[in-house]
Amino acid sequence: MEYFLIIVSAIFVNNILLAQFLGICPFLGVSNKLSTATGMSGAVCFVITLATVVTYLLNQYLLVPFGLEFLQTISFILVIAALVQMVEIVLKKISPSLYQALGIFLPLITTNCAVLGVAITVVTKDFALGGNAPHMLNLGQATVYALATSLGYGLAMCLFAGLREHLAGNDVPKAFKGLPIALITVGIMAMAFLGFSGIV
Amino acid sequence: MSKWHFVTDGFVKNNPTFVLVLGMCPTLATTTSAMNGLEMGLATMFVLILSNIVISLIAPMVPDKVRIPVYITVIATFVTVLQLLMQAFTPSVYETLGLFIPLIVVNCIVLGRAEGFANKHGVGESALDGLGVGLGFTASLTVIGIVREILGSGSLFGWKFIAGDGILAFVMAPGAFLVLGFLMVLFNKYLAKK
Amino acid sequence: MAAESTLKNMALCLTAVCLICSAVVGVAYAVTKEPIDAAAQAKTTASIAAVLPEFSGVPEQGSVGMDGVEYKYYKVDDGLYAIISSTSGFGGALTLMVGIDDKGVVHNTTVLSHSETPGLGAKCTTDEHFISQFRGFDPAVKSLTVKKDGGDLDAITASTITSRAYALAVSNAVAVYHKLTDGGQGNE
Repeated sequence: MEYFLIIVSAIFVNNILLAQFLGICPFLGVSNKLSTATGMSGAVCFVITLATVVTYLLNQYLLVPFGLEFLQTISFILVIAALVQMVEIVLKKISPSLYQALGIFLPLITTNCAVLGVAITVVTKDFALGGNAPHMLNLGQATVYALATSLGYGLAMCLFAGLREHLAGNDVPKAFKGLPIALITVGIMAMAFLGFSGIV
Repeated sequence: MSKWHFVTDGFVKNNPTFVLVLGMCPTLATTTSAMNGLEMGLATMFVLILSNIVISLIAPMVPDKVRIPVYITVIATFVTVLQLLMQAFTPSVYETLGLFIPLIVVNCIVLGRAEGFANKHGVGESALDGLGVGLGFTASLTVIGIVREILGSGSLFGWKFIAGDGILAFVMAPGAFLVLGFLMVLFNKYLAKK
Repeated sequence: MAAESTLKNMALCLTAVCLICSAVVGVAYAVTKEPIDAAAQAKTTASIAAVLPEFSGVPEQGSVGMDGVEYKYYKVDDGLYAIISSTSGFGGALTLMVGIDDKGVVHNTTVLSHSETPGLGAKCTTDEHFISQFRGFDPAVKSLTVKKDGGDLDAITASTITSRAYALAVSNAVAVYHKLTDGGQGNE
Protein backbone atom coordinates (compact mmCIF):
# COMPACT_ATOMS: atom_id res chain seq x y z
CA MET A 1 0.00 0.00 0.00
CA GLU A 2 2.73 2.41 0.95
CA TYR A 3 4.55 1.70 -2.31
CA PHE A 4 1.41 2.56 -4.23
CA LEU A 5 1.10 5.86 -2.34
CA ILE A 6 4.73 6.67 -3.05
CA ILE A 7 4.14 6.09 -6.75
CA VAL A 8 0.98 8.19 -7.01
CA SER A 9 2.46 10.94 -4.90
CA ALA A 10 5.70 11.11 -6.88
CA ILE A 11 4.10 11.01 -10.33
CA PHE A 12 1.06 13.25 -9.87
CA VAL A 13 0.85 15.09 -6.57
CA ASN A 14 4.45 16.13 -6.12
CA ASN A 15 5.39 16.04 -9.77
CA ILE A 16 9.08 16.83 -9.86
CA LEU A 17 8.80 19.35 -12.69
CA LEU A 18 5.48 21.02 -12.04
CA ALA A 19 5.42 21.08 -8.24
CA GLN A 20 9.04 20.80 -7.12
CA PHE A 21 10.76 22.75 -9.91
CA LEU A 22 13.61 20.33 -10.41
CA GLY A 23 15.19 19.71 -13.79
CA ILE A 24 13.58 22.69 -15.51
CA CYS A 25 16.55 23.62 -17.72
CA PRO A 26 16.67 20.41 -19.78
CA PHE A 27 12.86 20.38 -19.67
CA LEU A 28 12.70 23.70 -21.50
CA GLY A 29 15.71 22.81 -23.62
CA VAL A 30 14.71 19.54 -25.22
CA SER A 31 10.92 19.61 -25.16
CA ASN A 32 10.64 21.06 -28.68
CA LYS A 33 10.00 17.68 -30.22
CA LEU A 34 8.24 14.65 -28.83
CA SER A 35 10.99 12.30 -30.00
CA THR A 36 13.80 14.10 -28.17
CA ALA A 37 11.58 14.48 -25.12
CA THR A 38 11.05 10.72 -24.97
CA GLY A 39 14.79 10.10 -25.32
CA MET A 40 15.65 12.54 -22.56
CA SER A 41 12.96 11.09 -20.28
CA GLY A 42 14.36 7.60 -20.79
CA ALA A 43 17.89 8.71 -19.97
CA VAL A 44 16.75 10.66 -16.90
CA CYS A 45 14.71 7.69 -15.69
CA PHE A 46 17.71 5.41 -15.94
CA VAL A 47 20.17 7.78 -14.27
CA ILE A 48 17.92 9.00 -11.44
CA THR A 49 17.06 5.46 -10.35
CA LEU A 50 20.66 4.25 -10.53
CA ALA A 51 22.09 7.39 -8.88
CA THR A 52 19.56 7.28 -6.05
CA VAL A 53 20.38 3.66 -5.20
CA VAL A 54 24.12 4.31 -5.27
CA THR A 55 24.01 7.54 -3.26
CA TYR A 56 21.56 6.00 -0.76
CA LEU A 57 24.00 3.16 -0.09
CA LEU A 58 26.93 5.59 0.03
CA ASN A 59 25.10 7.72 2.58
CA GLN A 60 23.89 4.78 4.68
CA TYR A 61 27.14 2.83 4.87
CA LEU A 62 29.86 5.45 4.53
CA LEU A 63 28.74 8.95 5.44
CA VAL A 64 26.36 8.21 8.34
CA PRO A 65 28.61 5.75 10.23
CA PHE A 66 31.47 8.27 10.15
CA GLY A 67 29.26 11.28 10.92
CA LEU A 68 30.11 12.93 7.61
CA GLU A 69 26.61 13.92 6.47
CA PHE A 70 27.83 17.42 5.70
CA LEU A 71 29.74 15.92 2.76
CA GLN A 72 26.51 14.79 1.07
CA THR A 73 26.45 17.53 -1.55
CA ILE A 74 30.04 17.18 -2.65
CA SER A 75 30.20 13.38 -2.60
CA PHE A 76 26.82 12.92 -4.30
CA ILE A 77 27.64 15.20 -7.21
CA LEU A 78 30.98 13.48 -7.79
CA VAL A 79 29.32 10.05 -7.68
CA ILE A 80 26.64 11.20 -10.10
CA ALA A 81 29.18 12.69 -12.50
CA ALA A 82 31.25 9.50 -12.45
CA LEU A 83 28.14 7.35 -12.78
CA VAL A 84 26.92 9.21 -15.83
CA GLN A 85 30.31 8.80 -17.51
CA MET A 86 30.31 5.11 -16.68
CA VAL A 87 26.78 4.56 -17.95
CA GLU A 88 27.80 6.24 -21.16
CA ILE A 89 30.85 3.99 -21.64
CA VAL A 90 29.02 0.78 -20.68
CA LEU A 91 26.02 1.58 -22.83
CA LYS A 92 28.26 2.24 -25.83
CA LYS A 93 29.82 -1.21 -25.40
CA ILE A 94 26.84 -3.43 -24.63
CA SER A 95 23.90 -1.78 -26.36
CA PRO A 96 24.78 0.51 -29.24
CA SER A 97 21.12 0.92 -30.17
CA LEU A 98 20.16 2.15 -26.70
CA TYR A 99 23.22 4.39 -26.77
CA GLN A 100 22.02 5.84 -30.05
CA ALA A 101 18.69 6.71 -28.42
CA LEU A 102 19.93 8.04 -25.08
CA GLY A 103 23.60 8.79 -25.65
CA ILE A 104 23.45 12.44 -26.60
CA PHE A 105 21.40 13.27 -23.52
CA LEU A 106 23.69 11.63 -20.99
CA PRO A 107 26.32 14.39 -20.69
CA LEU A 108 23.52 16.89 -20.06
CA ILE A 109 22.24 14.89 -17.12
CA THR A 110 25.12 15.56 -14.73
CA THR A 111 23.94 19.10 -14.32
CA ASN A 112 20.26 18.16 -14.26
CA CYS A 113 19.32 19.18 -10.75
CA ALA A 114 16.56 16.55 -10.67
CA VAL A 115 19.20 13.84 -10.18
CA LEU A 116 20.99 15.50 -7.27
CA GLY A 117 17.67 16.79 -5.96
CA VAL A 118 16.10 13.34 -5.69
CA ALA A 119 19.30 11.86 -4.24
CA ILE A 120 19.42 14.50 -1.49
CA THR A 121 15.67 14.39 -0.86
CA VAL A 122 15.51 10.66 -0.12
CA VAL A 123 18.29 10.80 2.46
CA THR A 124 17.20 13.97 4.25
CA LYS A 125 13.42 14.26 4.10
CA ASP A 126 10.78 12.56 6.22
CA PHE A 127 7.99 11.21 4.07
CA ALA A 128 4.42 11.37 5.32
CA LEU A 129 2.15 8.99 3.48
CA GLY A 130 -1.41 7.91 3.96
CA GLY A 131 -1.81 8.88 7.59
CA ASN A 132 1.30 7.01 8.71
CA ALA A 133 3.72 8.76 10.98
CA PRO A 134 6.40 10.48 8.86
CA HIS A 135 9.57 8.48 8.46
CA MET A 136 12.65 8.15 6.25
CA LEU A 137 12.41 5.87 3.23
CA ASN A 138 14.17 2.50 3.24
CA LEU A 139 16.19 1.35 0.25
CA GLY A 140 13.26 -0.35 -1.51
CA GLN A 141 10.99 2.66 -1.03
CA ALA A 142 13.76 5.03 -2.10
CA THR A 143 14.23 3.06 -5.32
CA VAL A 144 10.50 3.06 -6.04
CA TYR A 145 10.33 6.77 -5.23
CA ALA A 146 13.20 7.53 -7.62
CA LEU A 147 11.66 5.45 -10.39
CA ALA A 148 8.21 6.98 -9.92
CA THR A 149 9.64 10.50 -9.76
CA SER A 150 11.44 10.02 -13.02
CA LEU A 151 8.30 8.58 -14.60
CA GLY A 152 6.52 11.74 -13.47
CA TYR A 153 9.31 13.72 -15.11
CA GLY A 154 8.81 11.77 -18.31
CA LEU A 155 5.05 12.22 -18.20
CA ALA A 156 5.23 16.01 -17.77
CA MET A 157 7.97 16.25 -20.38
CA CYS A 158 6.11 14.25 -23.05
CA LEU A 159 2.79 16.01 -22.40
CA PHE A 160 4.52 19.34 -22.71
CA ALA A 161 6.45 18.36 -25.84
CA GLY A 162 3.15 17.37 -27.45
CA LEU A 163 1.66 20.76 -26.59
CA ARG A 164 4.73 22.57 -27.79
CA GLU A 165 4.71 20.84 -31.17
CA HIS A 166 1.23 22.27 -31.73
CA LEU A 167 2.25 25.63 -30.34
CA ALA A 168 5.05 25.95 -32.88
CA GLY A 169 2.56 26.17 -35.74
CA ASN A 170 0.46 28.88 -34.11
CA ASP A 171 0.66 32.59 -34.55
CA VAL A 172 1.65 34.18 -31.25
CA PRO A 173 2.65 37.82 -30.64
CA LYS A 174 6.35 38.39 -31.29
CA ALA A 175 7.35 39.12 -27.71
CA PHE A 176 5.70 35.87 -26.58
CA LYS A 177 7.52 33.71 -29.13
CA GLY A 178 9.68 30.87 -27.84
CA LEU A 179 10.19 30.56 -24.12
CA PRO A 180 7.65 33.03 -22.71
CA ILE A 181 4.67 31.26 -24.27
CA ALA A 182 6.20 27.91 -23.29
CA LEU A 183 6.48 29.04 -19.66
CA ILE A 184 2.91 30.27 -19.63
CA THR A 185 1.79 26.92 -21.04
CA VAL A 186 3.69 25.09 -18.29
CA GLY A 187 2.03 27.38 -15.77
CA ILE A 188 -1.40 26.32 -16.96
CA MET A 189 -0.30 22.66 -16.91
CA ALA A 190 0.95 23.09 -13.35
CA MET A 191 -2.46 24.48 -12.44
CA ALA A 192 -4.07 21.32 -13.78
CA PHE A 193 -1.67 19.21 -11.71
CA LEU A 194 -2.59 21.20 -8.58
CA GLY A 195 -5.88 19.35 -8.80
CA PHE A 196 -4.08 16.21 -7.66
CA SER A 197 -2.88 17.74 -4.41
CA GLY A 198 -4.21 16.19 -1.27
CA ILE A 199 -5.26 12.86 -2.77
CA VAL A 200 -2.68 10.82 -0.85
CA MET B 1 37.93 51.21 -21.17
CA SER B 2 37.07 50.53 -17.58
CA LYS B 3 36.25 47.09 -16.35
CA TRP B 4 32.82 48.13 -15.23
CA HIS B 5 31.17 46.61 -18.25
CA PHE B 6 31.99 43.16 -16.84
CA VAL B 7 29.61 43.97 -14.01
CA THR B 8 26.90 45.74 -16.01
CA ASP B 9 26.83 43.06 -18.73
CA GLY B 10 25.43 40.63 -16.21
CA PHE B 11 22.46 42.89 -15.63
CA VAL B 12 20.96 43.37 -19.07
CA LYS B 13 22.96 41.95 -21.97
CA ASN B 14 23.84 38.69 -20.25
CA ASN B 15 21.02 38.62 -17.73
CA PRO B 16 21.14 35.02 -16.54
CA THR B 17 17.40 34.68 -16.07
CA PHE B 18 15.76 36.57 -18.89
CA VAL B 19 18.37 36.35 -21.66
CA LEU B 20 20.52 33.27 -21.02
CA VAL B 21 17.63 31.41 -19.31
CA LEU B 22 19.94 29.56 -16.95
CA GLY B 23 19.35 28.39 -13.41
CA MET B 24 15.61 28.12 -13.82
CA CYS B 25 15.00 25.76 -10.92
CA PRO B 26 15.89 28.08 -8.02
CA THR B 27 14.41 30.98 -9.99
CA LEU B 28 11.01 29.32 -10.00
CA ALA B 29 11.10 27.50 -6.70
CA THR B 30 12.45 30.04 -4.23
CA THR B 31 10.78 33.24 -5.40
CA THR B 32 7.60 32.87 -3.33
CA SER B 33 8.44 36.19 -1.69
CA ALA B 34 10.78 39.08 -2.42
CA MET B 35 12.97 38.26 0.57
CA ASN B 36 13.38 34.61 -0.41
CA GLY B 37 14.36 35.60 -3.94
CA LEU B 38 16.91 38.09 -2.64
CA GLU B 39 18.44 35.57 -0.25
CA MET B 40 18.68 32.87 -2.90
CA GLY B 41 20.33 35.33 -5.28
CA LEU B 42 22.90 36.38 -2.69
CA ALA B 43 23.70 32.76 -1.83
CA THR B 44 24.30 31.98 -5.49
CA MET B 45 26.41 35.12 -5.90
CA PHE B 46 28.64 34.04 -3.02
CA VAL B 47 29.42 30.74 -4.74
CA LEU B 48 29.69 32.35 -8.16
CA ILE B 49 32.30 34.95 -7.16
CA LEU B 50 34.47 32.55 -5.19
CA SER B 51 34.36 29.76 -7.76
CA ASN B 52 35.12 32.23 -10.55
CA ILE B 53 38.17 33.52 -8.66
CA VAL B 54 39.55 30.10 -7.82
CA ILE B 55 38.89 28.63 -11.26
CA SER B 56 40.54 31.54 -13.05
CA LEU B 57 43.60 30.95 -10.84
CA ILE B 58 43.89 27.21 -11.35
CA ALA B 59 42.68 26.98 -14.96
CA PRO B 60 46.17 27.13 -16.55
CA MET B 61 47.36 24.21 -14.44
CA VAL B 62 44.41 21.88 -15.03
CA PRO B 63 44.73 19.27 -17.78
CA ASP B 64 41.99 19.69 -20.32
CA LYS B 65 40.31 16.31 -19.92
CA VAL B 66 39.71 16.59 -16.18
CA ARG B 67 38.59 20.21 -16.43
CA ILE B 68 34.90 19.62 -15.67
CA PRO B 69 35.42 17.26 -12.68
CA VAL B 70 37.87 19.75 -11.18
CA TYR B 71 35.47 22.65 -11.63
CA ILE B 72 32.59 20.69 -10.13
CA THR B 73 34.73 19.75 -7.13
CA VAL B 74 35.70 23.37 -6.56
CA ILE B 75 32.09 24.54 -6.86
CA ALA B 76 30.81 21.77 -4.60
CA THR B 77 33.40 22.75 -1.99
CA PHE B 78 32.18 26.33 -1.89
CA VAL B 79 28.57 25.21 -1.77
CA THR B 80 29.32 22.97 1.20
CA VAL B 81 31.13 25.82 2.94
CA LEU B 82 28.11 28.04 2.25
CA GLN B 83 25.75 25.36 3.63
CA LEU B 84 27.77 25.13 6.83
CA LEU B 85 28.00 28.90 7.24
CA MET B 86 24.27 29.33 6.69
CA GLN B 87 23.38 26.56 9.12
CA ALA B 88 25.58 28.22 11.68
CA PHE B 89 24.63 31.87 11.30
CA THR B 90 21.31 32.09 9.43
CA PRO B 91 19.54 28.80 10.26
CA SER B 92 16.07 30.14 9.46
CA VAL B 93 17.10 31.24 5.96
CA TYR B 94 18.75 27.87 5.42
CA GLU B 95 15.51 26.15 6.37
CA THR B 96 13.40 28.28 4.02
CA LEU B 97 15.59 27.76 0.98
CA GLY B 98 16.14 24.12 1.90
CA LEU B 99 17.11 21.81 -0.92
CA PHE B 100 17.99 24.66 -3.26
CA ILE B 101 21.17 25.58 -1.40
CA PRO B 102 22.94 22.27 -2.12
CA LEU B 103 21.48 22.43 -5.61
CA ILE B 104 23.58 25.54 -6.37
CA VAL B 105 26.20 22.94 -7.36
CA VAL B 106 24.20 22.01 -10.43
CA ASN B 107 23.03 25.54 -11.19
CA CYS B 108 24.08 25.90 -14.81
CA ILE B 109 25.00 29.56 -14.23
CA VAL B 110 27.89 28.69 -11.95
CA LEU B 111 29.41 25.98 -14.13
CA GLY B 112 28.54 28.02 -17.21
CA ARG B 113 30.53 31.06 -16.03
CA ALA B 114 33.43 28.84 -14.94
CA GLU B 115 33.59 27.17 -18.33
CA GLY B 116 32.62 30.16 -20.46
CA PHE B 117 34.43 33.02 -18.73
CA ALA B 118 36.64 32.32 -15.73
CA ASN B 119 38.97 29.83 -17.41
CA LYS B 120 39.86 32.34 -20.12
CA HIS B 121 40.19 35.52 -18.04
CA GLY B 122 42.27 36.88 -15.19
CA VAL B 123 41.37 36.87 -11.52
CA GLY B 124 40.12 40.45 -11.32
CA GLU B 125 37.92 40.18 -14.39
CA SER B 126 36.52 36.84 -13.27
CA ALA B 127 35.66 38.25 -9.86
CA LEU B 128 33.89 41.22 -11.48
CA ASP B 129 32.06 38.88 -13.85
CA GLY B 130 30.94 36.76 -10.92
CA LEU B 131 29.73 39.90 -9.16
CA GLY B 132 27.88 41.14 -12.26
CA VAL B 133 26.17 37.87 -13.12
CA GLY B 134 25.45 37.28 -9.45
CA LEU B 135 23.85 40.71 -9.11
CA GLY B 136 21.87 40.17 -12.31
CA PHE B 137 20.60 36.86 -10.97
CA THR B 138 19.78 38.39 -7.59
CA ALA B 139 17.95 41.28 -9.23
CA SER B 140 15.86 38.99 -11.45
CA LEU B 141 14.95 36.71 -8.55
CA THR B 142 14.02 39.68 -6.38
CA VAL B 143 11.82 41.15 -9.11
CA ILE B 144 10.01 37.83 -9.63
CA GLY B 145 9.69 37.52 -5.86
CA ILE B 146 8.26 41.05 -5.58
CA VAL B 147 5.61 40.39 -8.26
CA ARG B 148 4.63 37.04 -6.77
CA GLU B 149 4.51 38.41 -3.23
CA ILE B 150 2.38 41.40 -4.19
CA LEU B 151 -0.09 39.30 -6.20
CA GLY B 152 -0.03 36.23 -4.00
CA SER B 153 0.07 37.60 -0.46
CA GLY B 154 -0.63 41.31 -0.84
CA SER B 155 2.63 42.26 0.83
CA LEU B 156 6.13 43.42 -0.03
CA PHE B 157 9.24 42.24 1.85
CA GLY B 158 6.85 41.02 4.52
CA TRP B 159 5.13 44.41 4.85
CA LYS B 160 1.41 43.74 4.33
CA PHE B 161 -0.55 46.44 2.55
CA ILE B 162 -3.63 44.49 1.47
CA ALA B 163 -5.59 42.67 4.13
CA GLY B 164 -6.62 39.13 3.35
CA ASP B 165 -5.07 36.43 1.27
CA GLY B 166 -4.21 37.63 -2.22
CA ILE B 167 -4.30 35.34 -5.23
CA LEU B 168 -2.89 32.15 -3.80
CA ALA B 169 -2.05 30.61 -7.16
CA PHE B 170 0.84 33.06 -7.48
CA VAL B 171 2.54 31.72 -4.38
CA MET B 172 2.05 28.17 -5.59
CA ALA B 173 3.74 26.42 -8.50
CA PRO B 174 1.68 27.68 -11.47
CA GLY B 175 2.24 31.32 -10.51
CA ALA B 176 5.99 30.86 -10.74
CA PHE B 177 5.79 29.80 -14.38
CA LEU B 178 3.20 32.43 -15.29
CA VAL B 179 5.06 35.35 -13.67
CA LEU B 180 8.37 34.33 -15.22
CA GLY B 181 6.70 33.94 -18.63
CA PHE B 182 5.06 37.35 -18.54
CA LEU B 183 8.15 39.10 -17.17
CA MET B 184 10.13 37.56 -20.00
CA VAL B 185 7.64 39.04 -22.46
CA LEU B 186 8.19 42.50 -20.93
CA PHE B 187 11.95 42.02 -21.06
CA ASN B 188 11.76 41.04 -24.74
CA LYS B 189 9.65 44.13 -25.45
CA TYR B 190 12.24 46.30 -23.73
CA LEU B 191 15.13 44.74 -25.65
CA ALA B 192 13.25 45.05 -28.95
CA LYS B 193 12.66 48.77 -28.37
CA LYS B 194 16.33 49.49 -27.72
CA MET C 1 46.51 27.45 -22.49
CA ALA C 2 45.46 24.45 -20.40
CA ALA C 3 48.13 21.91 -19.58
CA GLU C 4 48.47 18.79 -21.69
CA SER C 5 46.45 15.78 -20.55
CA THR C 6 48.51 12.77 -19.60
CA LEU C 7 47.39 10.05 -17.22
CA LYS C 8 50.00 11.18 -14.70
CA ASN C 9 49.12 14.84 -14.54
CA MET C 10 45.39 14.17 -14.70
CA ALA C 11 45.60 11.87 -11.68
CA LEU C 12 47.93 14.29 -9.91
CA CYS C 13 45.74 17.28 -10.59
CA LEU C 14 42.50 15.60 -9.47
CA THR C 15 44.15 14.25 -6.33
CA ALA C 16 45.60 17.65 -5.47
CA VAL C 17 42.29 19.43 -6.05
CA CYS C 18 40.40 16.88 -3.96
CA LEU C 19 42.95 17.12 -1.14
CA ILE C 20 42.77 20.91 -1.04
CA CYS C 21 38.99 20.90 -1.25
CA SER C 22 38.58 18.39 1.54
CA ALA C 23 40.96 20.46 3.66
CA VAL C 24 38.84 23.56 3.02
CA VAL C 25 35.60 21.75 3.84
CA GLY C 26 37.18 20.16 6.90
CA VAL C 27 38.28 23.54 8.24
CA ALA C 28 34.87 25.05 7.52
CA TYR C 29 33.20 22.17 9.33
CA ALA C 30 35.46 22.53 12.36
CA VAL C 31 34.88 26.28 12.51
CA THR C 32 31.11 26.12 12.10
CA LYS C 33 30.40 23.04 14.24
CA GLU C 34 29.97 24.98 17.45
CA PRO C 35 27.72 27.74 16.07
CA ILE C 36 25.58 25.10 14.27
CA ASP C 37 25.09 23.12 17.47
CA ALA C 38 24.44 26.33 19.36
CA ALA C 39 21.84 27.43 16.80
CA ALA C 40 20.03 24.07 16.97
CA GLN C 41 20.17 24.19 20.76
CA ALA C 42 18.84 27.75 20.81
CA LYS C 43 15.94 26.74 18.57
CA THR C 44 15.00 23.82 20.80
CA THR C 45 15.26 25.91 23.95
CA ALA C 46 13.13 28.65 22.41
CA SER C 47 10.46 26.14 21.33
CA ILE C 48 10.38 24.54 24.78
CA ALA C 49 10.10 27.93 26.43
CA ALA C 50 7.28 28.84 24.04
CA VAL C 51 5.11 25.81 24.82
CA LEU C 52 5.61 25.52 28.59
CA PRO C 53 4.91 27.85 31.50
CA GLU C 54 7.97 29.38 33.08
CA PHE C 55 10.24 26.78 34.58
CA SER C 56 13.62 26.52 36.23
CA GLY C 57 16.35 24.01 35.50
CA VAL C 58 17.57 22.36 32.35
CA PRO C 59 15.16 20.30 30.21
CA GLU C 60 16.04 16.62 30.23
CA GLN C 61 15.81 14.88 26.87
CA GLY C 62 14.37 11.43 26.34
CA SER C 63 12.43 9.32 23.91
CA VAL C 64 9.64 6.79 24.16
CA GLY C 65 8.00 4.40 21.72
CA MET C 66 4.24 4.33 21.17
CA ASP C 67 2.47 2.29 18.46
CA GLY C 68 5.80 1.58 16.81
CA VAL C 69 6.84 5.24 16.53
CA GLU C 70 9.58 6.93 18.54
CA TYR C 71 8.60 10.21 20.19
CA LYS C 72 11.24 12.62 21.43
CA TYR C 73 10.36 14.64 24.50
CA TYR C 74 11.88 17.09 26.96
CA LYS C 75 11.07 16.82 30.64
CA VAL C 76 11.33 19.74 33.01
CA ASP C 77 10.97 19.68 36.80
CA ASP C 78 7.47 19.84 38.24
CA GLY C 79 6.18 17.28 35.69
CA LEU C 80 6.15 19.55 32.65
CA TYR C 81 6.65 17.84 29.30
CA ALA C 82 7.40 19.21 25.83
CA ILE C 83 6.69 16.43 23.36
CA ILE C 84 7.64 16.40 19.68
CA SER C 85 4.89 14.84 17.63
CA SER C 86 4.75 14.35 13.88
CA THR C 87 1.82 13.50 11.60
CA SER C 88 1.13 13.72 7.90
CA GLY C 89 -0.59 16.92 6.87
CA PHE C 90 -1.78 18.00 3.45
CA GLY C 91 1.60 18.52 1.82
CA GLY C 92 3.85 16.27 3.89
CA ALA C 93 5.12 15.88 7.42
CA LEU C 94 3.72 18.26 10.04
CA THR C 95 5.87 18.35 13.17
CA LEU C 96 4.75 20.04 16.36
CA MET C 97 6.10 20.58 19.81
CA VAL C 98 3.35 20.21 22.39
CA GLY C 99 3.77 21.46 25.94
CA ILE C 100 1.75 19.65 28.61
CA ASP C 101 1.67 20.67 32.26
CA ASP C 102 1.52 18.52 35.38
CA LYS C 103 -2.28 18.26 35.25
CA GLY C 104 -2.32 16.85 31.73
CA VAL C 105 -3.55 20.13 30.26
CA VAL C 106 -2.04 21.35 26.98
CA HIS C 107 -0.21 24.59 27.74
CA ASN C 108 0.73 25.65 24.21
CA THR C 109 1.81 24.23 20.85
CA THR C 110 4.27 25.34 18.21
CA VAL C 111 5.01 24.12 14.68
CA LEU C 112 8.59 22.93 14.25
CA SER C 113 8.35 22.13 10.55
CA HIS C 114 5.65 21.74 7.93
CA SER C 115 5.13 21.65 4.18
CA GLU C 116 1.54 22.85 3.97
CA THR C 117 0.16 24.98 1.15
CA PRO C 118 1.11 28.67 1.51
CA GLY C 119 -1.93 30.77 2.33
CA LEU C 120 -4.08 27.75 3.24
CA GLY C 121 -2.71 25.01 5.49
CA ALA C 122 0.40 27.04 6.26
CA LYS C 123 -1.86 29.29 8.33
CA CYS C 124 -1.51 26.71 11.11
CA THR C 125 1.57 28.73 12.08
CA THR C 126 -0.12 32.13 12.06
CA ASP C 127 -3.91 31.74 12.47
CA GLU C 128 -4.31 33.07 16.00
CA HIS C 129 -7.90 31.81 16.35
CA PHE C 130 -6.85 28.27 15.46
CA ILE C 131 -3.68 28.17 17.56
CA SER C 132 -5.25 29.76 20.61
CA GLN C 133 -7.76 26.92 20.87
CA PHE C 134 -4.98 24.64 22.06
CA ARG C 135 -3.83 26.95 24.85
CA GLY C 136 -5.08 25.56 28.11
CA PHE C 137 -6.90 22.76 26.32
CA ASP C 138 -7.89 20.04 28.76
CA PRO C 139 -8.21 16.76 26.85
CA ALA C 140 -10.03 15.22 29.82
CA VAL C 141 -12.94 17.65 29.35
CA LYS C 142 -13.01 18.37 25.62
CA SER C 143 -12.40 16.26 22.54
CA LEU C 144 -9.26 16.83 20.49
CA THR C 145 -10.80 16.61 17.02
CA VAL C 146 -12.25 19.19 14.66
CA LYS C 147 -15.97 20.00 14.77
CA LYS C 148 -16.52 18.27 11.43
CA ASP C 149 -15.48 15.03 13.13
CA GLY C 150 -17.62 15.72 16.19
CA GLY C 151 -14.91 17.37 18.28
CA ASP C 152 -14.49 20.75 19.90
CA LEU C 153 -12.01 22.48 17.60
CA ASP C 154 -12.67 25.03 14.87
CA ALA C 155 -10.71 24.07 11.76
CA ILE C 156 -8.71 26.57 9.70
CA THR C 157 -10.92 27.82 6.87
CA ALA C 158 -10.51 25.62 3.77
CA SER C 159 -7.81 23.55 5.45
CA THR C 160 -9.60 20.72 7.21
CA ILE C 161 -6.87 18.18 6.47
CA THR C 162 -4.17 20.35 8.00
CA SER C 163 -6.37 21.07 11.02
CA ARG C 164 -7.07 17.35 11.47
CA ALA C 165 -3.36 16.55 11.26
CA TYR C 166 -2.61 19.28 13.82
CA ALA C 167 -5.26 17.95 16.20
CA LEU C 168 -4.02 14.39 15.73
CA ALA C 169 -0.43 15.43 16.48
CA VAL C 170 -1.60 17.11 19.70
CA SER C 171 -3.71 14.14 20.73
CA ASN C 172 -0.80 11.76 20.05
CA ALA C 173 1.35 13.95 22.25
CA VAL C 174 -1.29 13.74 24.99
CA ALA C 175 -1.26 9.92 24.66
CA VAL C 176 2.53 9.95 24.94
CA TYR C 177 2.24 12.13 28.03
CA HIS C 178 -0.08 9.62 29.68
CA LYS C 179 2.19 6.77 28.75
CA LEU C 180 5.10 8.65 30.33
CA THR C 181 3.34 9.69 33.51
CA ASP C 182 1.28 6.55 34.12
CA GLY C 183 4.27 4.34 33.48
CA GLY C 184 5.64 4.46 37.02
CA GLN C 185 6.97 8.02 37.19
CA GLY C 186 3.54 9.56 37.71
CA ASN C 187 2.90 11.32 40.99
CA GLU C 188 -0.67 10.19 41.58
